[in-house]
Amino acid sequence: MRKLAAAGAATLFAAIAFTGQAFSFEPKQTECVAPANAGGGWDFTCRQVGKALYDLKIVPGPVQVTNLAGGGGGVAFAEVVAKRNTNNDLIVAASSATTTRLAQGAFPGANQDQVRWIGTVGADYGVIAVSKDSPINTLPELFEKVKADPKSVSFAGGSAVGGWDHLKVLIAAKEAGIDDARTIKYVAFEGGGEAVTQLLGGHVQAFTGDISETKGFVDSGDLKVLAVLSEERLPGEFADFPTAREQGIDAVGANWRGFYAPGGMSDEAYDFWVNAVKTTYESDEWKQIMATNGLMPLARFGDEFDAFIAKQVADTEALSREIGILQ
Amino acid sequence: MDVLASLADGFAVALTWQNLGLALIGCFLGTIIGALPGLGPSNGVAILIPLAFTLGLPATPALILLTSVYYGAMYGGRISSILLNIPGDEPALMTTLDGYPMTQQGKAGEALALSGIASFVGAFFATWGLVFLAPQLVKVALLFGPAEYFALFTLAFATLGGIAARNQAKAVIAAALGLGIAMVGVDHQTGVPRLTFGEIHLYEGIHFLIAIVGLFAISEVLLFLEHAKGEAPEASATKLNRITAPLSMLKKTAGAMGRSTIVGFIAGVLPGAGASLGSFVSYTMEKRISDKDGTFGKGDPRGVAAPEAGNNAAAGGALVPMLALGVPGSGTTAVLLAMLMALNITPGPLLFTQQPDVVWGLIAALFIGNIMLLLLNVPMVGIFVRVLQVPTKYLMPAVAMIAFVGIYGLSGSTFDLLVMIGFGVGGYVLRKLDVPLVPVILGILLGNEMEKNMRRALTISDGEYSILWGSPIAITIWVLAIVGFVAPVLIGRFLRPKKDVTVSP
Repeated sequence: MRKLAAAGAATLFAAIAFTGQAFSFEPKQTECVAPANAGGGWDFTCRQVGKALYDLKIVPGPVQVTNLAGGGGGVAFAEVVAKRNTNNDLIVAASSATTTRLAQGAFPGANQDQVRWIGTVGADYGVIAVSKDSPINTLPELFEKVKADPKSVSFAGGSAVGGWDHLKVLIAAKEAGIDDARTIKYVAFEGGGEAVTQLLGGHVQAFTGDISETKGFVDSGDLKVLAVLSEERLPGEFADFPTAREQGIDAVGANWRGFYAPGGMSDEAYDFWVNAVKTTYESDEWKQIMATNGLMPLARFGDEFDAFIAKQVADTEALSREIGILQ
Repeated sequence: MDVLASLADGFAVALTWQNLGLALIGCFLGTIIGALPGLGPSNGVAILIPLAFTLGLPATPALILLTSVYYGAMYGGRISSILLNIPGDEPALMTTLDGYPMTQQGKAGEALALSGIASFVGAFFATWGLVFLAPQLVKVALLFGPAEYFALFTLAFATLGGIAARNQAKAVIAAALGLGIAMVGVDHQTGVPRLTFGEIHLYEGIHFLIAIVGLFAISEVLLFLEHAKGEAPEASATKLNRITAPLSMLKKTAGAMGRSTIVGFIAGVLPGAGASLGSFVSYTMEKRISDKDGTFGKGDPRGVAAPEAGNNAAAGGALVPMLALGVPGSGTTAVLLAMLMALNITPGPLLFTQQPDVVWGLIAALFIGNIMLLLLNVPMVGIFVRVLQVPTKYLMPAVAMIAFVGIYGLSGSTFDLLVMIGFGVGGYVLRKLDVPLVPVILGILLGNEMEKNMRRALTISDGEYSILWGSPIAITIWVLAIVGFVAPVLIGRFLRPKKDVTVSP
């Protein structure tokens, strides 16, 4: 009961705080486009944030969620750029996968400047892990082994070659002093679960993925996390995992979740949405959702988010060129 | 027997009026969703996830609703396979081979009743398998690396000749077409788009449901259009003798059901194999074992019972790796997994101990849903077969409509509708050339996985091909594949009556 009251108070507070600011823009029939089918990560982002936006009375009516699947998000991106460029009531769910594909030219004719980047609502951080029986205990040890004999370690991950799980290892390997990214052996599986299974079965030697995918196996003791790719140690039950940074490998890999908006959106509407997402992110209600869904903190909004995206796209592009995905 | 005690607790969780009501709704909706071409178990579950969220259901009732839909759709898929020769979903593909011929012989009622019972047997025993064997089976699933999976898919293709007995060469051409279609999309191992022609809608490949609905449903409509000018085929002429399966038929098919349940369950447990492979291998194996008179493919009840028992057993088996490893064994379990994560339940080795009420409640719900489906399906046979009495001139436009709505509902993309029409025209041409359609679909369904696993294996071994036969399991599967490929050629020469004059192209 107390929790409910607290949530109520928080809502009220957020509403007051919010209405306190004057915006020349008033949203009407708001819409969130999830560039994937129901049940996926982008769909989740739209539905949960949409619900929070309405519960916090930031938008006047329930946010309509539209699923526009295809092309790994490329169909939605193209649709927004081509047909809905000046819509002020529209936001689109995005994540690191969006920037990775933009950087690798997987959305034909698209680039990140065609849309306006609003902000994040959290992140899932990368981990590099080995099975419990592995003789390797730290991240530098693993990369020493790769340096000595690159063929001796296969990394399994849940994304395609050049995808986020692959890039994370490469970022870490670079920082560990491995100059030629192509020597890293990466095997792509369908999703993190399958990759972990292959690790436990002894078919591969290391795993790269997101922390939410590994939780069950860490709890059961089957998996040994060598490093989390976060700036500092994560809160709560994940506090035991050392970061790569504290082991002398300055690698950060955050799979963020957030939104972009049509490129032709007015400045007033853009300011409104940046503030709306920020208010949601900072609400107690959202903290609750983050906790139950394994989302970690990552806050970037407006211009700061825009710069963050530009850097991520540039970094990804450089790495992709090096491993030969981009010519 | 603490397993049984846990199961009893599970029933205590599941047996509330609300949960029973949800299970009933789920079973009913699932059956309908499964029966509609273009809507399969995975879309059924995906469509209902928002509903479960909106209703604010707690974990157990939400899972009960969704798994009922899942099992219901696995049951329902067979209905249009048998009645219309259009698979309702991909695992029901093999049921068309003998189910539709039975309908043509006026045995639609028997085929539906029999397949309902076979589905029940498969799902029921698979659920028991889930209860007792989940922890041990997980260890088996771990033994399967990329090389072993590659061998397994090769086994499936090696026995392909078995399903289209009339002209092996055409079956091979059909399978090759399917493999080619499977190549479309961004290559998972290198990120390079293949055969996409710069069209972004093709980057994720061609969804097999689009191919199935196009090849089967749309080409059926085109065939009807062709005949419509001439003499109208009398749909209502199909006699409906009875709407239950005679006991003698059940006795005759009992062995087929039993064997297929085991095969299907194992295929389900292996992540990445799934229900389609389960029903496929069940059918080809049953054909090898019991088709002494060459009646398979011409309306043999065992050819209906085997794939149905197999695919429903696989549905149960696929829950083993999903619950115990968090690895989905099929498209549907992938959606269920997303649902579990959203409910803050982390599947994995500790799920059985950390969240016993969720797991055992779910398992109890599976038993309940299964019995409900049997009770729901057997009397409903009478209603389903009425479909056949609808004159073709009304039925075919309805089929076309459902096909379009179903595929549009899948992705909301008009591009997919065009692809579907393309497949419809292609299917029409293939039928005219007497090229079987089932191997095309199998190529699409299995080809991708087969390729991916081979390339994963070769990445791990640095291009050393010997990894493909580097383990006892892989060698065993290879031996089976070679025997499966060679045996029919040798034995068939003596056993199979020479009734088909092969038309050389």
